[in-house]
Amino acid sequence: MSKLVEIQDLAVRYGDVKALDGISFSVNENDFLGIIGPNGAGKSTLFSCMLGLLTKYEGSIKFFGKDVRKSHDYLYDIGYVPQKPVFESNFPATVREVVQMGMRRGVAESRVETVLQDVWIHELANRRIGELSGGQQQRVFIAKALVNNPKVLILDEPVTGIDQQSTEMFYSILKELNKTQNITIIWSSHDMDAVNNLANKVACLNRTLFFHGISSDFFTNKELVKKYSEASMQEHMHHHE
Amino acid sequence: MSFEILTYGFMQRALISGIAIAILCSVIGLFLVLRRYSLFGDAVAHSSFGGIAAGLLLGIYPLWTAYAVSLISAVIITRIKQSFRISGDASVAVLLSSGIAAGLVLISLSGGFTIDILSFLFGSILLVSTNDTILILGLTGAILIIVLLLYRQLIYSTFNEEQAKVSGIHVERLNYLIVFIAGITVVTSIQLVGILLISALFVIPNVTAIMYGKGFKKTIIISMGFAIFSVVGGILLSYAFDITPSGTIVLLSIGIFALTMGLKSLGLLRH
Repeated sequence: MSKLVEIQDLAVRYGDVKALDGISFSVNENDFLGIIGPNGAGKSTLFSCMLGLLTKYEGSIKFFGKDVRKSHDYLYDIGYVPQKPVFESNFPATVREVVQMGMRRGVAESRVETVLQDVWIHELANRRIGELSGGQQQRVFIAKALVNNPKVLILDEPVTGIDQQSTEMFYSILKELNKTQNITIIWSSHDMDAVNNLANKVACLNRTLFFHGISSDFFTNKELVKKYSEASMQEHMHHHE
Repeated sequence: MSFEILTYGFMQRALISGIAIAILCSVIGLFLVLRRYSLFGDAVAHSSFGGIAAGLLLGIYPLWTAYAVSLISAVIITRIKQSFRISGDASVAVLLSSGIAAGLVLISLSGGFTIDILSFLFGSILLVSTNDTILILGLTGAILIIVLLLYRQLIYSTFNEEQAKVSGIHVERLNYLIVFIAGITVVTSIQLVGILLISALFVIPNVTAIMYGKGFKKTIIISMGFAIFSVVGGILLSYAFDITPSGTIVLLSIGIFALTMGLKSLGLLRH
């Protein structure tokens, strides 16, 4: 099984504060990796480095065998769903137009309808994006991330502020994409139960990497889960002090 | 008013140039409005006032110096915003007053206000020459081709810069391109409504069109329709009633804006 992502000794500092330190892990083809950690654990910082938005770091990040700081071409094979996409609420774009925005040349127009159907939102294709609920908007952003046939889908706490029913629908879509379309998924969440149910691999992050490996190895080891939860809680309290 | 006026060369040039400028301002203006750069047109137009004054003082065709100054100003606004983290509206305000101040000093050096400078301040579409019309048509064509070629990237970077970057789009380059194009559009449009009313062409048809709740393409088409109607109506009415075209054009577009707000408040438009 080939390695799609390789992260080696990643460290990020904001002044004297270490946002991330000594992070090393890899992601294999067709993995469903859940990255868990409390608020401020460095999940978004890790994603910013992976997506080329943050380049001041130590260590290396490779996608498809190539260093991400050398070329941005790898981004064409990645779909990204942000935590809460920021846009003008009255932005004059329909759901279809939002999905089309990032389409590369050469991708067939019919692909738009396919991805809208994949996320069960095709009936709303002609509605303005700002008229949709938070859950529906997040499904549109998955469709948008999928339109260029990416090999990897990266999602940064995608269900924040979304109701339970929409969250469950969102998770079923992710599961389906990973199983039937063999898309590798890297997904950050603070919902340990959801990660336990969906992911085959897990990375526990709290500025350093607490655990990385098979999901069931982590969740069946009660000692480990307890230790991690306590460490996270302490760090969380310390962070707020 | 009869159709006879349409046979006059000056009226044909005014209408052709006016329609081209209306289309151009609608397209570029929508990107500016959505990027919260509504007053960009004003800032560049006011700074180009300094360029026009310099041209008149040095004996160079004022529009050429205005193009040069407006392009430099457009780049400065973007640099200030990106490098010094000064908000878009504050950098626009700085540049707006700098241009007028420089223009006033240069005008006083050249002996005070002349008819030339007043026609740039208030517009002079009925005096547009054949060469100016050809220039306006050429620039409109070139800019629309660029926008069409980069259409999706431009919308994407306007919609959400970070996501556009992550999709491999060179957002910084596009930001410079859009202000560069907007700078050219502003100076080209000065002849229609003048420096003082330029923002109206960029902003009013677009904020009106956005209220109709349609997608991007349809919003551009609606905005173009309103802008063309205002420009053609404004030119013809101003000729018929012997009033200023620039003010009439802007008042017509404000009328459409008010009508649209009325329709929306009555619930006749989709929210």
